[in-house]
Amino acid sequence: MKRFWKSGDPFIWLTGGALAISLLMVAGLVLLVLLNGLGFFWPSPIVLLTLSDGTELLGQVTQREAIPQPDAPPGTSTRYRIQVNVGNRDLYGADFVWVEEAAIARRDVPAEAVLIERREWGNLYGFIKEVRDNERAVASGPEAAWSALQALLPDATSTFKEIRRIEKKEIGAINSTQEKIRLELKKLQLSGQEGGSEIARLDKEMEGWAAKYREQEPRLATVRQHSRQALIVSVIGNKETELPLQQIVRIIRPNSMGVWSKSGVYLSRLWEFISGDPRESNTEGGVFPAIFGTVMMVMIMSLLVAPLGVLAAFYLREYAKQGVLVSTVRIAVNNLAGVPSIVFGVFGLGFFIYLVGGSIDRLFYPEALPTPTFGTGGILWASLTLALLTVPVVIVATEEGLAAIPPGMREASLALGATKFETTWRVVLPTVMPSVLTGLILAMARAAGEVAPLMITGVVKLAPSLPIDGAWPFLHLERKFMHLGFHIYDVGFQSPNVDAARPMVYTTVLLLLLVVLVLNLATILIRNRLRKKYASSAF
Amino acid sequence: MIEIRKLTLKYGEKLALQDISLDIPKHQVTAFIGPSGCGKTTLLRCLNRMNDLIDGVTVSGTIRIGGLDIHDPALEITELRQRVGMVFQKSNPFPKTIYDNVAYGPRILGMRGQSTLDEIVERSLRAAALWNEVQDRLRSSALSLSGGQQQRLCIARAIAVEPEVLLMDEPCSALDPIATGKIEELMADLKQQYTIVIVTHNMQQAARVSDYTAFLYLGQLVEYDLTKQLFVKPSKQQTEDYITGRFG
Repeated sequence: MKRFWKSGDPFIWLTGGALAISLLMVAGLVLLVLLNGLGFFWPSPIVLLTLSDGTELLGQVTQREAIPQPDAPPGTSTRYRIQVNVGNRDLYGADFVWVEEAAIARRDVPAEAVLIERREWGNLYGFIKEVRDNERAVASGPEAAWSALQALLPDATSTFKEIRRIEKKEIGAINSTQEKIRLELKKLQLSGQEGGSEIARLDKEMEGWAAKYREQEPRLATVRQHSRQALIVSVIGNKETELPLQQIVRIIRPNSMGVWSKSGVYLSRLWEFISGDPRESNTEGGVFPAIFGTVMMVMIMSLLVAPLGVLAAFYLREYAKQGVLVSTVRIAVNNLAGVPSIVFGVFGLGFFIYLVGGSIDRLFYPEALPTPTFGTGGILWASLTLALLTVPVVIVATEEGLAAIPPGMREASLALGATKFETTWRVVLPTVMPSVLTGLILAMARAAGEVAPLMITGVVKLAPSLPIDGAWPFLHLERKFMHLGFHIYDVGFQSPNVDAARPMVYTTVLLLLLVVLVLNLATILIRNRLRKKYASSAF
Repeated sequence: MIEIRKLTLKYGEKLALQDISLDIPKHQVTAFIGPSGCGKTTLLRCLNRMNDLIDGVTVSGTIRIGGLDIHDPALEITELRQRVGMVFQKSNPFPKTIYDNVAYGPRILGMRGQSTLDEIVERSLRAAALWNEVQDRLRSSALSLSGGQQQRLCIARAIAVEPEVLLMDEPCSALDPIATGKIEELMADLKQQYTIVIVTHNMQQAARVSDYTAFLYLGQLVEYDLTKQLFVKPSKQQTEDYITGRFG
């Protein structure tokens, strides 16, 4: 027994076991997220349930669970219930119902049942009755209407996109120009000018833009008029509903689809999720603005945190006289990494937003007040707050890297007649770069996953526009933005329709993990290239 | 070439060098020998004022190199270090390419022309007997070289700025006999152009490569003479005891 302990084998098992447990937990998390997240896009069959009391339900089964029977005697067989997404929120009110399996009399899978993903009100389940154009039936009956629909749908979609484009791009541009002119006028008023050629010129310009706006309105009406095709769908309960074709995102008949066409739908839904805008208070559609916001916030944060952390670490290790004071500062920096992130958020709100942002507004944007420009949460302030939150990580990693540089390297440079600055710049900095990047990887991972401080420094549930767009000056650092981490919290816990939102939580988590992975891989790649450049293969 | 007069050095309160006076001749190899802790490395580092980097060092006495007082406040320390190059005990190439290592000193001096730099790099590497081994891979990392090659690269790097004096602090202590032999051959060539001062633990090495030898013991210069004289017929009992291996 003694020999067994002395052999060191138990220690190997202990270390290996610790690693295995860690890996198992991570793998379990990833697997859970993968299974729940990726299955969501697969078109499951539409079932028609007839209950023993005669009610009919049409929809997709989303989950099945055992009914708790606390008072039942032992030996009673377990009863199950299923949750069905019956959609048609506008008609039924609630779109998810629980059904006890014992109450189901018949279960059919009708081939003509359709699932329509709408731009508003969520899914619609039913049977196609006819396609109408301007109140006149074009095709009737499930088959004829289906083929007519396939022909008409692309056109309707492009009309919808055209309307969106006019609303967003053209009218949006007019609005923002008018807003700019209005602010300039106010600025002139603030500076005490009452009349004069400048104001007259701006007034005239304003009039011109207003005329342009009036031109757009009839145009929009024409486009809207252009397409008045609608679909009549009969739904359970002997009801019919009319749906304008423009409202349709996707229409499928999952019960008569093969594996290949289902895969096509799967990929198209996945793509929509990654590249689309959210719909229905984030419970449907895509998360592109959140991906964009996350990546951009992390990048701005990296640009801020890397120089700050590296310079601070250089001072601490290379220039400061090592003593009690520097040790105290070092301990303080390390402890800063343990401060709850919400505290940083509060600091960001108080210092960056109210003090710095408020001062910027008073100095440079007085004409817009009381509407704040920089004096409210925005991507710049959120990035700065997170840079502050992660700077200890970068400082510690850089300091470790600096400590690991052999003193002989610095002496060699000094002995060649280099000054201390030249030595630091040309020898120490390139050598410590891989350590800096290691610190940056940790900082980025932390920042990408942080939610609490962002909630009060600029993240919103739904941002009307991205922080980068075509309007001058292209990069809008004062804008609010969306973030995947906050999206998870919002969709998972703040959503009005929890059942509809649940799959989105998993898919968003998956995406956030993926974004962190990609960002980290990019940095690791850069670091390895640097290391290879200085490879020490001789030892 | 180098005149050391009444040099005394203290680390804080501790006396490391005591009243040392010594003349080192031009274009000769001078070796400092002595047991560990006798102050030979400290003395060497006085010659390019590397001891300034250490806190709490006080130096008195004068050192003149080519007539120039190295403690003259008007003298830039960087200029002194360009005139007095140094090779360290542990080879310490920069984590850069071989080329960039050698070109480091000239670039610090402000040389930018590609052809000038190429020429300096080639000449320095040839002088350090490394050119034939590395001419095909000047752009690969200096850390990919073997220990002996790295040390010769450090010599090439030191002579690229054309110093007058070359200080070598136990340059062979981490090398195998073959690499040591190469460096010793190199020293014999280099002394045609440079004044070389070497610190060594290895008495055979001192006897092989040096023209003059100084024996230090406990911070004091015990004996300084022609190497032949010192090794064959030392005038002090302490020296004889040391070189015959009775202590140290």
